[in-house]
Amino acid sequence: MLTMIGKRLMFAIPSLIGVVIVTFLLTRALPGDPAAYFAGPAATKEAVEQIRKKLGLDKPLIEQFFRYTNDLAHGDFGNSLTTGQPVATEIRNRLPASAELTLLGLIVSIAIAIPLGVLAATRPGSWIDHLCRVTTTAGVSLPVFFTGLVLVYVFYFRLGWSPAPLGRLDVFYSAPPTVTGFYLIDTLLAHDVEAFRSALSQLILPATTLAIFSLAPIARMTRASMLAVLASEFVRTARASGLSPTTVIVTYAFRNAMLPVITTLSMVFSFLLGANVLVEKVFAWPGIGSYAVEALISSDFAPVQGFVLTMAVMYVLLNLVIDILYGVIDPRVRLEG
Amino acid sequence: MKRRDFLKSVSGLAAGAALPAVPQVVSSAYADARSETLLIVSEGGPNNLDIHGVGTNVPGYEVSWNCYDRLISHEMKSGPGGVPYYDRDKFKGELAEEFKIDDVSVTFKLRKNAKFHDGTPVTAKDVKWSLDRAVSVGGFPTFQMSAGSLTKPEQFVVIDDHTVRVDFLRKDRLTIPDLAVIVPCIVNSELVKKNASEKDPWGLEFTKQQTAGSGAYKVTKWTAGTEVIMERNDDWACGPLPKIKRVIWRMVPQAGNRRALLERGDADISYELPNKDFQEMKANGKLNVVSLPFSNGIQYIGMNVTKPPFDNPKVRQAVAYALPYQKIMDAVMFGLANPMFGAPKDKPTEVVWPQPHKYNTDMDKAKALMAEAGYASGFETTISFDLNFAGVNEPLCVLVQESLAQIGIKTTINKVPGANWRTELNKKEMPLFTNVFSGWLDYPEYFFYWCYHGNNSVFNTMSYKSAEMDKFIDGARTAAAAGDTAAYESDVKGFIDLAYTDIPRIPLYQPFVNVAMQKNVSGYQYWFHRRLDYRAMAKG
Repeated sequence: MLTMIGKRLMFAIPSLIGVVIVTFLLTRALPGDPAAYFAGPAATKEAVEQIRKKLGLDKPLIEQFFRYTNDLAHGDFGNSLTTGQPVATEIRNRLPASAELTLLGLIVSIAIAIPLGVLAATRPGSWIDHLCRVTTTAGVSLPVFFTGLVLVYVFYFRLGWSPAPLGRLDVFYSAPPTVTGFYLIDTLLAHDVEAFRSALSQLILPATTLAIFSLAPIARMTRASMLAVLASEFVRTARASGLSPTTVIVTYAFRNAMLPVITTLSMVFSFLLGANVLVEKVFAWPGIGSYAVEALISSDFAPVQGFVLTMAVMYVLLNLVIDILYGVIDPRVRLEG
Repeated sequence: MKRRDFLKSVSGLAAGAALPAVPQVVSSAYADARSETLLIVSEGGPNNLDIHGVGTNVPGYEVSWNCYDRLISHEMKSGPGGVPYYDRDKFKGELAEEFKIDDVSVTFKLRKNAKFHDGTPVTAKDVKWSLDRAVSVGGFPTFQMSAGSLTKPEQFVVIDDHTVRVDFLRKDRLTIPDLAVIVPCIVNSELVKKNASEKDPWGLEFTKQQTAGSGAYKVTKWTAGTEVIMERNDDWACGPLPKIKRVIWRMVPQAGNRRALLERGDADISYELPNKDFQEMKANGKLNVVSLPFSNGIQYIGMNVTKPPFDNPKVRQAVAYALPYQKIMDAVMFGLANPMFGAPKDKPTEVVWPQPHKYNTDMDKAKALMAEAGYASGFETTISFDLNFAGVNEPLCVLVQESLAQIGIKTTINKVPGANWRTELNKKEMPLFTNVFSGWLDYPEYFFYWCYHGNNSVFNTMSYKSAEMDKFIDGARTAAAAGDTAAYESDVKGFIDLAYTDIPRIPLYQPFVNVAMQKNVSGYQYWFHRRLDYRAMAKG
């Protein structure tokens, strides 16, 4: 197992180097001129040049690149110009916000989609199969920001059940001391039940929005893969041997149907991190997606590079986790590894 | 279930039933905090708490305005609709107790009881250091200072601990007003110097993250892109103690949500909403919506006069006759703007700016002018706009495109991302575009100096050059400084008339600043910088 992890990590190094080079070049190739942007509306040509010098953008590209990689090696991601903060700090502060939201959304989604998919597969053509089809089609065809806005309109504006979409906590609560960065955990660690309730109620709508969006691929994949497995010979054998339907479905069929579902899950997770950008915008969520988009809009190089790099590292780790999970679920993979 | 477990769960239930008493206590403390707190929601937040910083954005100006004091400020007067409006011509002391203006200088006597947030008294050397800083750091602050002929540290002289003199470089009517804008704020020099470094002698890195002023508020927490929390400075010496104890300013990127927060009563005040929302909120009357014209601001269609076909004044006039002015007012602005078109033919030019021009939508005239200019069959061009303000710019450009097609001008719309817009403006290559300009200092010659003068500043987006125009503008500046009213008025009329006959840029309307707030929020004041002044505001 350890050698497998080591091998996977070794493979990741060239792709990370590639990511560093490509993001550096891409951000430099963006049409905007950060110096003109940050010199302000009333700037003269000299003022723009002054700013350019201050930002080190007057240096040749190759020198800028070496300076950048040298800083990276020292754990320095540079400074964001739009928010004025070091990128590393910002990402560290914002990543948990996005991760908490995405994970919760994914958990909600799994909790609904997998049973739904399994039930739909065991009773094809029944009302539950149709329900599965309708919900997933609806979920995937509604753009996330639209679902988000509708939820806000109904549950906050019309009914008043949900708190104001103002980020992670109600404005009058202060954030818990950071341990994990996940407010749900940190508030409990701080024994602050009120803040926990506030954090949870702030999470419900955005997490539901993400869950609705990600229901479709998970439920559909579960259904398809269950159908395939249920039609296979070992299931027929198990049934013929008189095993109870629950044992057949849960122990034999479901476990075998899990592999494609896990693969889909990893794809959905990366998907959600992308979809997050819009959800974060709608719910004023201080996450990493909205940070990157704002940086992109103002040609702010450092955060964009930092964001892409962080994401790349996350993908590598995610893929690793998925590979390990494969091994846990399917012994054949372990043997090959 | 075992008996013991059952008992446990019942006692747990009882404890649960007693719980609701606790939130009750919490919520009354909550209500108190709420009535002394102003919750602002807006799209963007500051990127720097110091206006002297590199690339400080407009929301950053709001922080500076409320957390720092200046030597002088403006008096208030009653503006349109009875809303308090800053008085361009009347100044009052802020950190200065009194000030005397003579021909070559102005002398300020500082308040003796004024203190910075950390308790150190405000002295003349802080004033000198701060003004030196403003004229030396480069970029926008230095540029703004130079607009009032404030360019050299030698101009700021310490007389004694509480007296400062500012020497005039030359006679300039804008020097005193320029000392009342946001830039010449007074900074705690000792504190900042302590945190400065060789690479950063003015301590910009330090003041970027925290406020070091003497103003009515101080920033206690700032999470960039998320929120700013400001607390009242109870020792503020430069005016009556503000009523709002705490300001929470949250960034809510979604305009629809900002409106929902206002209508649900969760947020107290917001701006930067689409015009349609403001118009609807005005109509349903649940909230107070204040709409006031941008002082010295105009949205216009500009044309690059250095290249054909817009180097031909006839073509420019044809465009001026072809624009769908009223449609833009109705469908884009929802009436929330002052029209800058269609003045009666016989109306004499006044000495005010902005004022409407005499063009109106008249397709026959436009076609005739096109034919005269030799473009009877029209031409192709592109119209560009800044995507940061797409809410207004996009429908506006579509309407313009439609209208121009009727006189044979085929336009392609070019959407320029916000980050790029200034670069594009600086290049001065866009043939046709729409943009807004608004000056802090509300004087016609100031506007024209930036937008029409032959020295070709970035705001002279049309690259317009005319010796006659320069003569009028320079003349008006000299006349204003010398106090020669007759010459001033004739020069101002001269440049306005010329700008409207030559028409390198076609004013469309004067936009409004729209602010929506709860009915229990009072004390909103209009300032030249168009941001909020918390010091005068109150709740309940």
